[in-house]
Parts: sequence; C-alpha cells; structure tokens
Amino acid sequence: MKNQKILVALAGQPNCGKSTVFNALSGASQHVANYPGVTVDKMTGGYRYNGYRVELVDLPGTYSLSSYSPEERVSRDFILHEKPSVTVNVMDASNLKRCLYLTFQLLEMEIPVVLNLNMMDVVEKRGMTIDMEKLSGRLGVPVVPTTMKNGEGKKELKDVIDVVAATNKKIEPLHIDYQEMEPVLREIVDRLATEATLSVQYPLRWLAIKLMEGDEAVQGMIGEQHPQADAFTAMVEQGRTNFEKEFGNAPEVHIATCRYKAADTISRACLQLPKGAQRQLSDKVDDIVCHRLFGPAFLVGIIWLLYYLAIVQGYNITNYTWPLLAKLRSLTEAVTPEPGFIDIPLIREFSLWIVDSVNALLNYIPIFFILFALIAILEDSGYMPRMAFIMDRLFSRYGLHGQSTLPMVLGGIYVGGCAVPGVMSCKGIPDERSRLATILIIPLLNCLAKVPLYVLLINIYFAAHKAWAMFFISTISLLMVLPVAKILTLTVLKDKETAPFVMEMPPYHLPTWRGVLSRAVERVWLFMRKISTIVVAVAVVVFVLLQFPGIGKERMDYYQARKDKAIATFHKKIKGTPFHEGLQGDRLMAMMLYWEAYKDARMGAGGQDGVAVVNADFKARDALFFKIVRPGKDKVAKKVGREFKKLVKKRKGLLREMRKERIDKSFLGAAGRWLEPVTQWAGFNWRVNVALLSALAAKESSVATLGALYEQEEEGEALEERMARGEADLTPLHALALMLFMVLYPPCMATTMAVKVQSGSVKWMLFSIGYPMFLGLSVASLVFTMGSIFELSGLQAMFAFYLLALGFTIFMGLIKNQPEYIKLT
Amino acid sequence: MTLDQLKPGSEGRIKKLSVRDKLGQRLMDMGVYPGLKLKVLRNAPLEDPMEVELDGYFVSLRHDEARFVEVE
Repeated sequence: MKNQKILVALAGQPNCGKSTVFNALSGASQHVANYPGVTVDKMTGGYRYNGYRVELVDLPGTYSLSSYSPEERVSRDFILHEKPSVTVNVMDASNLKRCLYLTFQLLEMEIPVVLNLNMMDVVEKRGMTIDMEKLSGRLGVPVVPTTMKNGEGKKELKDVIDVVAATNKKIEPLHIDYQEMEPVLREIVDRLATEATLSVQYPLRWLAIKLMEGDEAVQGMIGEQHPQADAFTAMVEQGRTNFEKEFGNAPEVHIATCRYKAADTISRACLQLPKGAQRQLSDKVDDIVCHRLFGPAFLVGIIWLLYYLAIVQGYNITNYTWPLLAKLRSLTEAVTPEPGFIDIPLIREFSLWIVDSVNALLNYIPIFFILFALIAILEDSGYMPRMAFIMDRLFSRYGLHGQSTLPMVLGGIYVGGCAVPGVMSCKGIPDERSRLATILIIPLLNCLAKVPLYVLLINIYFAAHKAWAMFFISTISLLMVLPVAKILTLTVLKDKETAPFVMEMPPYHLPTWRGVLSRAVERVWLFMRKISTIVVAVAVVVFVLLQFPGIGKERMDYYQARKDKAIATFHKKIKGTPFHEGLQGDRLMAMMLYWEAYKDARMGAGGQDGVAVVNADFKARDALFFKIVRPGKDKVAKKVGREFKKLVKKRKGLLREMRKERIDKSFLGAAGRWLEPVTQWAGFNWRVNVALLSALAAKESSVATLGALYEQEEEGEALEERMARGEADLTPLHALALMLFMVLYPPCMATTMAVKVQSGSVKWMLFSIGYPMFLGLSVASLVFTMGSIFELSGLQAMFAFYLLALGFTIFMGLIKNQPEYIKLT
Repeated sequence: MTLDQLKPGSEGRIKKLSVRDKLGQRLMDMGVYPGLKLKVLRNAPLEDPMEVELDGYFVSLRHDEARFVEVE
C-alpha cells in the first residue's frame, strides 16, 4: 500500500477553525479552483506521510448537508462521488452539541470519519471538560483533540488519518433513533434493497432518511436511477403525508429534532460544564457593538479606520515604493534604443507604455496589502456578521444583503475605494441574487481612479462651490447604486436563487498575526497573478489603437522640415563659438540626451553633496557638454546654453504636436468622432470621447489623455487652464454630465476579471461592461439635455439631479420584493 | 404567538415551524427546532433583523423569517 495517494476531505461547520486545520496540515502547498458549475472555491492541498501522498480537499463550511445551497450540494456530491478514504469532521469543541448535528449526517453516509475536536484552548479556558473516550465510543469513530492555532495535535491527527485510511474497514457508526419514523424508514430501505444499482452506489438508510426529508436532489437521483421511479416516489410521498397526519410534525422537522435530541444526549454524557456558567463575553460586547446608537457609530468608525489606514496611509507608503518603480522605468529607458530628435523608436515607446501600465498597477500593492490584512482581521474577529446585522435592513430593501456592506465599503461607498477587492469580497454573500447584484453595482461606486477626473473638472467648472460639488459627487454614487441594484433584482436577476438571511453570530476571536499576514500576502499575490497579464494585454490593445495608423508621409515631411529649420537656426546662432564644432551631426542629439539626463539626475540628487557628486559625474562624461549645462561665469557658454534651451523647447513642442496629431488620426480618435452624434446629447465632444475610451483600460488614463489632447502652450501651464482655454464653449453643465458618466463608467479590466471570477460567467462579465455604458450615457444625456432646455446652470442642474436621485432612491426602496422562499408559503 | 412578535429580553419555547423547504430547513440547520427554549437578545439598530439565543448559540434572522416560528 506504500507510495499510494489517499484522498482526505475536511468537513465542518463555518467558524469551527476548519481553514486553520487545513492550513496547518497542508502547509504552503495549496491550490484554489472552482467546483464545476458553481462559484464555490475548491481548496486543495496535501502532505506526505509515511510514504503516502495525502491529498486534502477543504470542503466548504456548511451547517448541514441538505441540498438547498450550492455549498451543501458540492460537499455532499464530493463525498458521494469522489469517495474520500477519510473524511475529517472538524468541529469547534466548545460548541459540541451544535457541531454533532453535522457529524450525524456524515455518519449516516456510512463513510470513514475522523472527528477532530478543534479549539481545545477555548474549552480549557471556559473550564469545560470533554470525555474523549466516551465520545469516541458513543459515535463509533476515532476522536482527536487539537488546538491547531498553535499546531497542537497536528501529528496525532495525521497518525489517526493514516490508520483509518490504511485499515479501510467499513465502520459501524452510531444510528440515530428516529423513533416513530423508524417503521417507514425500514419499509423504504427494504423496497430500495431490491434495486441492484442504487443499493450498490448509495447507503440505503441514508437514502431513506433523505427521501423522508423531502430532499430534492435525492428525489432527482431516484427519478433517474429507479426503474419504477414514479410508483416509488408516490409511495414515499404517501409515507410523508401519513407521517405528518399521524404525528402532527413535518417529517423533516421530526428528523432535525431527533438529531438535536441525540446530540443533546451525547453532549450531556461527554461534556462537563463549569458550575454557574456565565453570560458569554461576546454577548456583552454586542450590547455595545450592536447598540441602536453606538453600533452604527462604531461601524462608521471602523469604515473610517479602514479608509484611513489603507487608502491614506497606503498612499503615503507608495511615496517610498514609487522610486523603485521609477527605477524600473529608467532601466527600460536605458535598454531600449535612444530617441531621435523627432522620431521616437516604436519599440521604445511601446516598452515604456507597458512599463507605465504595469507600474500603475504595482503602485497599488501597499494599499492592497493593508486592505487585505484589515479584511482578514475583520473576518477573523467575527465583526463581519455584526456589520451585516446592522446594515441588512437598509440594503435588503434594495435587493442587496447585510453582507454587501464590506464589498461596498471597499468599492468606495464615499470616495476612494477600489472595485477589485470590493468585487472579490462578494464571495461570502450567501444569497446568489444579492451577490450578483452587489458584484454588478460595485463598479459604480467611487473608486480611487475616478477621483483625478472629478478633481480636474471641479477645479475648472465648480471652483466657487468646490465643497458642494465634492459632496455631490461623493454621495451621488450611492443614490444611483441603490435604485440600480433594486432594478437589477427586479429584472435581469429576478429568477436567481435567493437564500434565507438566518445567520450565526459567532463569538468574537482575537485574530492571530500569522493568520492575518499570510492571508494578506496570499490574496495580494493571487490578485497580482490574475490581473497583471490582463493589464498587459489591454495595454497592448490600447497602445495600438492610440498609435495607428499614425502620421502620414506628407505630414511627417512637414514635421521633418520644421525640425531641420529649428536645428539650422540653432547652429546659426552659435556659429563662431568654440562649441559650434562640438555640436555637429550626432553630437547634437547626444547633447540633447545629456541635457535631459542631467536634469533628471539633478532632480534625484538630494542636498549639496548629492549635487556635487552628480556634477562630477557629468563633467567626467563630457567636459564640453558640461560647460553648456553649467556655464558658470563663461558668457559664451551661457549664450549657447540659452539657445540650446530654446531648441529643447522647440523639440518638445514638435513632439507634443505630433502626439496630438497621432491621437487625432488614431483608431481611437476615429471612434471618438464616430460616437459624437450619440454623445452630443450628453455634451461630449470627440476629444472627451477619446479620453473616455482610453479610460477603458484604466480610469487614470482619462486625465492623461485629456492632457495630451489639450496641448500645452506655456511651460508649466496646468491642465485646468489648458482645458478652460481650449474648450471655451464647454460649460459647467458639460462637466456635470461628464462627471456623472464617470460615476457610471464601466469597470476597468482588473475589475472585469474579478467580476468574471466571482460571478462565474462570461455573460455577467459582458453585462457588467455593457449596462453601465448605456446607463451612463442615458443619465448624462438626461442631465445635459434637460439642463440645456431649462437653461439651468451647472450648480442648479446638480441640485435638481440630486433631488431627483434621492426621490427615486426612496421610491425604489418602498417597492416590496419578497424572496421566493417566503412568497411560496 | 410568533417569534417576530417577541420583544428583546423576552423568552419563549419553540412550538412549531410553519414553513418548509429552503427557509424551514435553514432554520432547523441553524438550531431552531420544536421544544427548544429561546431568548430574544436584541433588534438591529434599524429594528430588523433580530438576534436570538438558542441554547448558548447566537443566531440573527429577519422578522419576515421569524414569523414562521411559533413560540409559547
């Protein structure tokens, strides 16, 4: 039997420390995948033991093994069809009675089970004692106590798994006495025993119990595999009806009650509680954390802290990490072919574009790291269910869920979130309809990348009312998101599965450093791996769309002529100086690069000493050039320097004009013009269209593209001034429409990927791109066209739209939409 | 009387579950079954949902869901 693989499944209820056990057993070798057809994570890992290769599968945490939730279906199917050699039932030892409810269901499946009583430290702290031998004897399976948080009992657990897997004998587990139901169960078992295929594949008593429970998945199995399915199903139905008539209780209620009573009996026999059990500490804490007034205040405090630590402090850290990324850029500059006077090699431009795109993403790592660590703390501490408890009333009115709170906070419920972690944290929402609704609306919240455009437009067009405009844009997204979520749940999502809210409020825990940090690192890594390839791919596409077909030959000749003229003028001016000879031919371009390099080096050099070092270095590189850069008292050199500066400026101007012309003539430019007839109702001209299109890759690009399109005339002129001058006919109303469009802008590529992963379908990913465009254009057109008709000022239109959105939000909140599991009854 | 009508601080014993299928099963899986004593601890700041203690175990549920739990 050596050198074989054994399959081990971990099953357990939520909050029992199952993932700690999984991490402790499998160490670093973990792998995440999806179960086919559902968005439930399948965690696999493994370890070597005694010559065996043990493959571990961490089944999703479930309270029960019915077939009402995807997690339960997945767990059950795995056990039934993959037939693991051992199923380890992890349980919270301090909550023995509750956990046994699941244990009984595992035992009924007649599979080899090892009971793992985890969190023994809590048991000891509370002064409880558990008789392991008695428990093992009663249940008929081995019991291993552990405190996996500290690694205690890890070896023992591995030993027992090994023994159970090796003996491979059919276990004789405890049978729960279902009392009045036993005769019916026996009858079903007898009838099933005559069916060859079914009786080989599944434990019959388990089938009988499931049928009496009315389990739809098992009924379906019978329907497919039983030769006289209809007659048999009718027989079972009759049995269920008779039972309810005779004993006054639905069969499934009777079954659950019997399980709890059996759990109670066993727990009473094996568990000793300390005398005079106290009120639990968690309950006392909840008096404050869930208090009518302090609760929401505490929640706001937590959200503020999350923003402050992740966004504000995270941004501060990027000040230190950015220079590293800038080094990556200069390295790229150094290894790619040098630029000419006006012709920049395509490979150079392309490489820098890619590096810039990747850097923009890498720059977020500190923010993401802090954010993910804080989420892990919230998750481990047990505060998340409290958050859901406080917010559920508000969100459930809009088709969302109490557990939508954290995703929305991360997405930027005020200003400055990020949709990627927001969408990623939607995983925990148990209700599929609410989960999809949350995933779809997160991108409409105000993420960090939308802010530069807001700031730009507010500074130009709402300069006198900055505070109001900022308040408007920060809160309007929530007023659009809530009704949109409700509309989605009433329309495209109306047939999606819903789940009851009923939720455990687990006791509070102190998170451990190791748990928090390892999860933060793991999630950042996962995110980077998934996203970086996409970012590169999209960057390539946008680069092509912005660069090609490029400037025509005729125009190129024109720029060439201007370049020659500029150089000729320069040479004429410096003729007769000792420098003239040294700046001929290639030497002129070399001087140009030297000039730029010197400027960069001076910027980077700190203090007097640094400058001295830079000077010495550059002097050594080329003494003649250095004279021009630092003429000192040399009058001739000063004059040449002045002239050279003019030439540098002319070159910059030429490059800018060419860049603008290239974008004008590019595919994206053409698309921008092509869209103008539609976007004119929203007040967008083609230049704005191009900026918006280029933002599809990453929203930060919108401001950069606008910057390129509104060329600079004076050195140091801010984009604000350039835009105001270049678009004298743009009004605050235009700006308002543009900002509202930006709020409703489709998700960036990274978010799109996250949407695909979390929704588990390409269809929803495409929908998440399509509907915001439509919505954004509609809202922008409504505001711009109505505003124009009624001759409203930007501020008036802003106020009017705000009231409209507020009214609509309240109205949508009043529409009743009960989930189907309540409507049915 | 049904669970949603109980005020915070009051106690009761579960008499019957008058809902089946998804919600009924979920309630049972979370520890709600006939014969068990329970105590309403608190309502959320916006009144809904409510938090209930069941045998040393804490569960929150919406009032809409609690009205299917008959108590005495």
